[in-house]
Order: sequence, then structure tokens, then C-alpha cells
Amino acid sequence: MTRRFDVLVIGGGNAALCAAISARRAGASVLVLEGAPKFYRGGNTRHTRNMRCAHDAATEILTGPYTEEEFWKDLLLVTGGQTDEELARFMIHESKDILNWIVEQGVRWQPSLGGTLSLGRTNSFFLGGGRAMLNALYRTAEALGVDVLYNAEVIDLKIEDGMFLSAQLKQPIGGKTEVRASTLVAAAGGFEANIEWLKQYWGEAADNFLIRGTPYNRGAILKLLLAKGVQEIGDPTQCHAVAIDARAPKFDGGIITRHDSVVFGIVVNKHAERFYDEGEDIWPKRYAIWGRLVAAQPDQIAYIIFDSTVVTSFMPTLFPPIAGATIAELAGKLELDASALEKTITDFNAAVQPGTFDHTILDDCATQGITPPKTHWARKIETPPYLAYPVRPGITFTYLGTRVNKQSRMLMKNGKPSANMFAAGEIMAGNVLGKGYAAGIGMTIGSVFGRVAGREAAKNARN
Amino acid sequence: MHGTRILQEADRLMTVCNSCRYCEGLCAVFPAMEMRRAFSDGDLNYLANLCHACGACYTDCQFSPPHEFNVNVPKTLAVARAESYAAYAWPRAFAGAFARNGLVISLIAALSVAAFIFGFAAINDRGVLTGIHTGPGAFYKLMPHNAMALLFGAALLYAILALAMGVRAFWRAIGEPVGMKTDTKSLLQAVRDAGELRYLDGGGVGCFNEDDHPTDRRKLYHHFTFYGFVLCFAATCVGTLYHYLLAREAPYAWWDLPVVLGTLGGIGLVVGPIGLLSEKWMRDRVLVDEQQMGMDTAFILMLFLTSVTGLALLLWRESAAMGPLLALHLGVVFALFITMPYGKFVHGIYRFVALVRYARERQMMVE
Repeated sequence: MTRRFDVLVIGGGNAALCAAISARRAGASVLVLEGAPKFYRGGNTRHTRNMRCAHDAATEILTGPYTEEEFWKDLLLVTGGQTDEELARFMIHESKDILNWIVEQGVRWQPSLGGTLSLGRTNSFFLGGGRAMLNALYRTAEALGVDVLYNAEVIDLKIEDGMFLSAQLKQPIGGKTEVRASTLVAAAGGFEANIEWLKQYWGEAADNFLIRGTPYNRGAILKLLLAKGVQEIGDPTQCHAVAIDARAPKFDGGIITRHDSVVFGIVVNKHAERFYDEGEDIWPKRYAIWGRLVAAQPDQIAYIIFDSTVVTSFMPTLFPPIAGATIAELAGKLELDASALEKTITDFNAAVQPGTFDHTILDDCATQGITPPKTHWARKIETPPYLAYPVRPGITFTYLGTRVNKQSRMLMKNGKPSANMFAAGEIMAGNVLGKGYAAGIGMTIGSVFGRVAGREAAKNARN
Repeated sequence: MHGTRILQEADRLMTVCNSCRYCEGLCAVFPAMEMRRAFSDGDLNYLANLCHACGACYTDCQFSPPHEFNVNVPKTLAVARAESYAAYAWPRAFAGAFARNGLVISLIAALSVAAFIFGFAAINDRGVLTGIHTGPGAFYKLMPHNAMALLFGAALLYAILALAMGVRAFWRAIGEPVGMKTDTKSLLQAVRDAGELRYLDGGGVGCFNEDDHPTDRRKLYHHFTFYGFVLCFAATCVGTLYHYLLAREAPYAWWDLPVVLGTLGGIGLVVGPIGLLSEKWMRDRVLVDEQQMGMDTAFILMLFLTSVTGLALLLWRESAAMGPLLALHLGVVFALFITMPYGKFVHGIYRFVALVRYARERQMMVE
């Protein structure tokens, strides 16, 4: 590329596009380098569905209010305090305006019609889902004159004393492999699709992880930045991981491989043993913990087991449940030890106490005298056919990232802000999300810090 | 298991879509799907006819090709829709007409035109076809009004009967419980939804055609076509009333109601079909059921020919060309009538019925 841009955005998802649009609206010339082909553009944004934003009153799409303070408390709860309070409070405050700003960029919201998520108060849903949202952002960016290149894989960054100089491309574009720009916005996601890198922290277990998003989130930019003096933040073993169907593809199975049936049954490992309280907490928290729980089991596999009485109580699933007329037959199909599974279920059934089932609250259906207990929604599994879903850890995104300040400007290892480098989205999510997850918050981080990063990068470039 | 391979595929897609539901705000297909966990052939044909082929769910889907889940709802439902027309056709023996629709319709059209020309010449002496006829009743010098009324009345009645039988079969297949009645509220809702093509708007931004930039062009051209057709039909009705109630004989003056309605409708039926054909030509092939291009094109061309011959007749009705133009126009209209139950025309009927069903389902959920 012979042309020199004011702002170079590396990445092509929500954060990248919000940065590109906001920089372009601030008068900067902008180039977006998306490493994936056009169809796979946008990384994990392709698979998202909603965004969590604070608001003081109900709107057309949200029941309300969801105050800044309540959002902050929710964040504190899921992260267990592992968050940068100043950044988090800043993000929450900005999220109020993002609800409208994102609509001005062509994104449309829909009322939450069905599904299983009861998030109508805290979360806004994109009409048509995450890819529709991305399509709208790309249309707006292109109409504003943002240049976008696909299959544009960056393999090196030239950085001197915390100052970005240029990016090196794998494939030449216009005869050149070096892209120069006045400022950089890194919005290239996490490293969840990089199994080798995951193995550094998880060992061989990572071989059994399924990656819910695209195979392109390999963390190449993150690795380069950290190697070249940017301060790192976050625990590398922390990630958003849920239990997904073991029959799902290795990459990009997206939302439809999830299971929300845990509450209706029990979960056993490959030894047909229960290992955690299936009734511990209400959706969506219980949903977000099972990825890690399954990752800690032998061979990283587990089985949700329930009976025919509850089969229509949860969302229809992509893969049908595996069925058996008897526990032994089901065990055979799952390749579990039949007598072990029979014992687990008999023990569980014997421990179930009478109660009134209600899966929308922490009800009074619990077990007594078994370990681990099922503290809510415990009901006997006794009506054939017996059914099961095999599940594995499904990694959505990782939290290791680059440290930033409120301008979304990267901080260097010596604590000094970078001269011209900004970061937005998953690559810096760890600043806000030390651990845990609350639905829709990844998109809030992306849009809020993307918008800020673009604006600040444009200002920086024009000075 | 389903009756056909395409219904099998539609079932697979609905299973994928039902576990995702990101598209539920885009149109009626997805909320209707969400009311079911398993899909009968009738359910799938219902969903197929509820789909307006706006393409939004394809453009918005993270699992559309080249993704391995290979989700292409608009195309799959388009194929299923076309097959459903044949599945409910009456009489059954004519179901095959859908398969070679372009050819069948052009043959019938050509034969109809030839029959009218030959008929005029046979009824009268040969000179009458190329003679100049003016004033009230001029048309009937070529063919007596009663003969014309009998021919077209019979063709129209046949079309209505065949369509009604098809709709009856379709309604039975999609009705739940069987023989479900509808109500005025749902009917009116469906009239509104069909009248404004509510579900051809991609959830608000427009229809996706040649690329991922939505527009309202397909909707606009469809409106031209549909309302043009309605105006032309109204012109015919008014003409019939004039004849029998007021004893006023065609041709009428340019300012008279049948001519005004027919001219406006005719213009709509020129602009609309040309627009629809060009949109079809540009449409991304990944959304198109290639097998049915013939059927679609044949129907659009028939509408276009109806209006063009009608307008030509209006322009040259006081010249020697009147006879041949009238024969041509009547031939085309006759062919349009008798092929209606076996061509793309039925899409409007079945889609309307599906909309009634959908409005009724929504109503039942509220109740």
C-alpha cells in the first residue's frame, strides 16, 4: 500500500468497525485489515446476538431501567472483583450512549421475541443477529469511505519506543507488504483458535476444546504487541467457556451447539460420576461455568442426562439427544460403564426430596445425602426413554490482553502510554473482565472501546 | 421422513434455525417455525409459502455457505415452494404442468392466440379480421359478445375452481387441527400483510437481491405488477357491469372508467414485470431456484404481454390493426386465465393463505 493512512485498524469485528467508523467520522483516513476472507469477517461478532447496556428508563426494545450501578454490581459479581474499576465504570457509563450511537451506524435492534434468554431488561438484541449487525457496520464504514481489505494477514508490526510505524502483511497488496499509518487500532480479538497457544496454559487438555468462533482468532496481533513491549493484562487461563455439544465442529459451531438442559437433569463424567452441583445457580451464570467444569474432567468430556419428561422444556437442539430405553442401553450408546451409570442415577433419585419445580427461580427441589448435591431443580430421572447430550468445553474467547487506559490507548511495560497505539475489543477485554462472563458484555467492550479508540486515534493522527 | 428430498433438507434447516433463532425478527417464517419442534410435510410447505424470498436470513446467517452447516433458507424454501404448487394442484393429472411451465404456457398462449384469430375468421367472413370497426360494439363485430362472455366466463370459472381446490388441499395440509377455520381478524391482517408486502422488507431495510446491499426495488416492482393486475381486473369488471347493467357497449372513450382503470393498470403491468424480470436477472444465483426460472419468467411475460397487447389495442383500435390486436389480446388473456392454476400465479394465493394461517396462529397464541 503506497497510500499512508491516518488510522490503521487491524481486525474486522465489532470493535474494529466501531473504531473505523468513529475515526472516519472524526475526519481520519482509515484502512481496515481483516485477516479472514469476507464470509468469515468479523471474528466472534458473527456469532453474537446482543449487547448489554445501561439505561435509565425502558425503551422500545428494552424493559428497564438497568442503572449504571446495577450493571457495575453485575460485573463485580461475575468477575469476583477482578476488574479495573475506573475502566469498567467508564465503559458502563459510555454504554448508555452506545445504545443510540450503534443505531446511528445502521445497526437495528429487535424486541426479544422468544428464545430462552430472559435478558429483555439488560440486553438489546440485534435484528438478524451478529452477522446482520456486522453487515450494517461494514455498509456504513464503506459508505463513509473506509477502506477494507480481506485476507489481509498481518505477520509483523514495526514498533519503536512504544510508537507504531508500520505493519507487515503476509500477502502483498498492490505490490507492497508494508502498511504505514500514523496510528494503530488493534482490534484483532483473542487467541482462542490457537490450540498450540492454549496448550501453554491448559496442557494436552486443550486438544479436546472446541472453538465456538472462527478459526481465524489466533491471537497473532496480541502476541506481537506483547512481545514488543505492550503491558499485558489478564490471566491467560481465563476465558469465556461453556459446555457445548461434543458432536459440534472443531471451529465455528457458534451459538447452536450450546445446551441449556443442565438444570433438567444431571451431568456425569466418563466414569459415569456426577462432579458438580447442577442446580447451583440460575441462567445465565450456570451456563457460563460448565465449560471450565468439563475442561477439568478426564478427557474433557461429560454427559448431560435427563429423561423424556423434560424434552420440550428447553430450546430445540441442533443435535438430537442420544436415547436409550433403559439406563444400561443409554450407557452403552455413550460408551459409559452401565452399572456405574445405573448406580449414579439410582443414588441421585433416592436423594431427591419433594418440592415444587420452577426453573425460573432457585426453587426448593433439592437432594439430600449425596455429594455433590443438586441444590435446586432436582427431580427423579425415571421416565424412559433416557436421554443424553455429550458435551465438551466450548471456548468463546480468551481474556489475556493488552493493558489500556480510558482513551483505549495501550500502556507499555514501563507504564507509559503508547504514542500512537490503541486497542479495542477482545484484545483488551481482560482490563474489564478479569474472569467470568455476563451475556452481551463482550459486545459492550467492543463497541464502547472501539468508538473511543477510533476517535482518539483520529485525534492523535491529526495532531 | 419426508415426501421429497427438498422437504428433508427444509426439515434439516428448520432444525438448525430453531436452535439459533437469530432471525426471528426478520419475517414471519421464523416465529412460525418456533411454534413447532417437529415439522410435517404440511408444516414445511406452509413455511415455504410464508417465505417472501427477501434473502435477509441468508445474508445475516453465520452458517450460510461456505459454512459447513450450509444454511440457505431462501433457496431451499423456494424449491420447496415450487414443489408445493404441484403437490396441491387440481386436478392431480395437471400437476406435471408446473415442471415444464415455461414451455406449457407458451404453447397454450400460442394456441389460444391462433384459436382467436382463426375463430374470428371462421365466425365471420375473412374481411372482418382486417376491417376497420368503430363505435360501440365494434369489438363484437369480430366475435359476438355472448360468445366472448361464455368463453372467458368458462375459463375464469375453471381457473377459480382449480385454484379453490388447490387452496383447499393446501389449507388441509397446513391446518392444525385439520379443517381449522379462520376468522375475520386474521383474514384482514393477512390482507394488510399481503397488500403491503410486509415480509419482503428484510426486517426493515429492504430485500437482498444482487448483493448484500438491501433495496426496495423488488417490492416496488411487485407493487406495480400486483396493483396493475388488480386495476386491469377492475376494468374488466366495470366493463361487464356497463354491458349488462347500463347496456353500454365497448369500446369506451379514453376518459371512461374501464379505459382509465385499464390504462393505469396496463402501465403498472408494463413497469412491474420489466422491473421484476431485471431484478430476477441480477439476483444472486445463490438465492435462486434455477429450476423455476422458466415458470417465473413465463408468468411475468404473460402479464407483460397482457398489458402490452391491451395498450396496443387501445392505441390502434380505430385502425385496420384492431382485429389482429384484439385477437392477440384476447388470446393472451385467455391463456393467462387457463394457465393460472398451473403457474407462478398461485404463489400469490398460497402465500396469502399462509399469511392467514400465520395471523391465526399468532392470534391463538394471544388468546
